[in-house]
Amino acid sequence: MNIVACVKRVPSTEAVAKPTADGKGLDSTGNQYMVSFYDEIAVEEAVKTKESAGSGEVTILSMGTKGGTKEIRECLAKGGDKAVVLVDEEWESRDARATAKALSTQLGTMAPDLVFMGRVATDRDNAAVGPMVATYLGWPCVTDVVSLEIADGKGTAKVETEAGLETVSFSLPAVVTCQKGLNEPRYAGLKGIMAAKKKPLEEAAPEVPENQMQVAAVELPPERKEGRIVGEGVAAVPALIEALQNEAKVL
Amino acid sequence: MSKTIVFCEHTGGQVRRASLEAIGAATGAGSEVVALLTGEGAAAAAATATGAAKAICLTGPAEYSADAVATAAAEVTKAEGANAFIAASTYRGKDLCPRVAAHLDVTPFADCVEFTAAGDSFHVKRPWLAGKALATLGSTGTIVATTRLNVFTPADGGAPAETAEHAITAEPKAVVTSIEAKAGAKLDVKEAPVVVSGGRGLQEADKFQIVEDLAAAFGNAAVGASRAIVDLGWRPHGEQVGQTGKTVSPQLYIAVGISGAIQHLAGMRTSGTIVAINKDADAPIFKVADYGIVGDAFEILPALTEAVKAIKAQS
Ligand SMILES: Cc1cc2nc3c(=O)[nH]c(=O)nc-3n(C[C@H](O)[C@H](O)[C@H](O)COP(=O)(O)OP(=O)(O)OC[C@H]3O[C@@H](n4cnc5c(N)ncnc54)[C@H](O)[C@@H]3O)c2cc1C
Ligand SMILES: Nc1ncnc2c1ncn2[C@@H]1O[C@H](COP(=O)(O)O)[C@@H](O)[C@H]1O
Repeated sequence: MNIVACVKRVPSTEAVAKPTADGKGLDSTGNQYMVSFYDEIAVEEAVKTKESAGSGEVTILSMGTKGGTKEIRECLAKGGDKAVVLVDEEWESRDARATAKALSTQLGTMAPDLVFMGRVATDRDNAAVGPMVATYLGWPCVTDVVSLEIADGKGTAKVETEAGLETVSFSLPAVVTCQKGLNEPRYAGLKGIMAAKKKPLEEAAPEVPENQMQVAAVELPPERKEGRIVGEGVAAVPALIEALQNEAKVL
Repeated sequence: MSKTIVFCEHTGGQVRRASLEAIGAATGAGSEVVALLTGEGAAAAAATATGAAKAICLTGPAEYSADAVATAAAEVTKAEGANAFIAASTYRGKDLCPRVAAHLDVTPFADCVEFTAAGDSFHVKRPWLAGKALATLGSTGTIVATTRLNVFTPADGGAPAETAEHAITAEPKAVVTSIEAKAGAKLDVKEAPVVVSGGRGLQEADKFQIVEDLAAAFGNAAVGASRAIVDLGWRPHGEQVGQTGKTVSPQLYIAVGISGAIQHLAGMRTSGTIVAINKDADAPIFKVADYGIVGDAFEILPALTEAVKAIKAQS
């Protein structure tokens, strides 16, 4: 099976937001980077799916900076067979449509059976690229998948909605976006890390359309107004109730 | 005047509150709303789409297919000449909007907390980096957006004056074949007006019961959890609040035995009122809390639960 896992390099979750001087973006100087949390789950599911199929190839696909290959090598160390990096220095400020179009153009040439993505990239929180790529390619897509079975060219996925646990059936090729709980991403062992150094990592120039999104302003959320400690231990319960009833009026 | 299609989910013959909030977001920004409903019971529920001028019910296969519904939703958006398509940030809404956006070839905006009129279009405000920053954004295309729950007020007004139908004709690609309903009528942590969350300070899974008891005393509360205890397997991931869980904005958020790591704060800092109960006076959670009690949760919670029960019994 020909499987692709799409991964995005994002600021680590400890990163603090700093609006740029013009108030139109976020200053990324000094940021540490990581593979977006859910994309690690996507890579693991891609590798597991290949392993249970008994044959095939997992390609890691990422649109990002030329200098961002450390995170991509990590994905290779965890079982990816090769990687394609669509070099785009503007990757962080691309809107969901531009990213989805660039990825779907590339995926169209790769003809995969299955594409795994994260349910959301933890930088711009769009949660859009997976279903958009599928729509542009005319493929089925299941989002936020917590359990997956692939057999005979068909997939069965489970997703958690407000209503309960839903089962979704679809045919391949398809896009699956991964939710926490789908699997436990493996650690890269020393052998994996050594092997990753020799795996092919190809760079390509993507076709990326202009952003439609126009940024009017980026600001920090308003500071919460100063709170107070109403007291210590169980003796403070009446004071808390009083504050919730009469000050905050939420009880 | 701008026109907005609002995708309305419904249960038991009623449009869900989250969707009514989405209608409110659009009318609040001066837009005329056309409610779009699908599935069994859509026609009856359409009358409860308060604030919409018109309702359109999709007709077609009984099984839900997001791709087929998205194709029909994009057709309706074009046919109505609408400048926006909005849904609530529920599972369905978040799953549907990017597909509608791709059909309209525009970029979507998730989890918006503010809509303002801008010409015949809108500007939206939405979180970046899980709410560590807020971006005000416009688009050169149709606005497709989801609204964060518990942020917008449902619109005033009556039932839609006019109802129409539109057929789903696209061949479904992925189809929902079964739904295993949740045990009980548990409120989702994203939708509940009150959230009581617990963390590692609860010491072990069985002791978490005191958090459930407090939530039950409120009657309208959902239980939330920090990632630490979700990873320990004490609570399901659906309850996790934070950067890699759910983002919540209830009127009241009570954090019990949660330290207040940056990833947790990202998911709850826009709550109306925040209460923290923690035995460490220096825990970062107190920096965002409106009211704090320093002390042992095992002593404080039972007393708080009784006090809340007493108040609820009176009202
Ligand atoms: C990539 C990434 C993503 C993450 N995403 C999330 C996320 O989405 N959500 C999230 O919550 N975390 C997330 N985290 C984890 C986060 O960094 C913290 O580790 C986690 O939030 C800590 O959980 P906690 O507050 O329950 O536990 P701890 O930090 O261990 O805090 C326990 C608290 O309980 C208090 N306590 C102990 N005993 C008592 C008692 N008897 N009574 C009262 N108080 C008591 C202690 O003083 C302490 O403050 C993420 C981390 C990473 C790296
Ligand atoms: N620049 C990118 N390169 C590769 N994959 C991406 C990129 N941006 C988004 N994705 C994929 O799309 C998913 C959802 O991203 P988003 O819609 O931006 O939240 C991510 O988890 C990735 O799997």
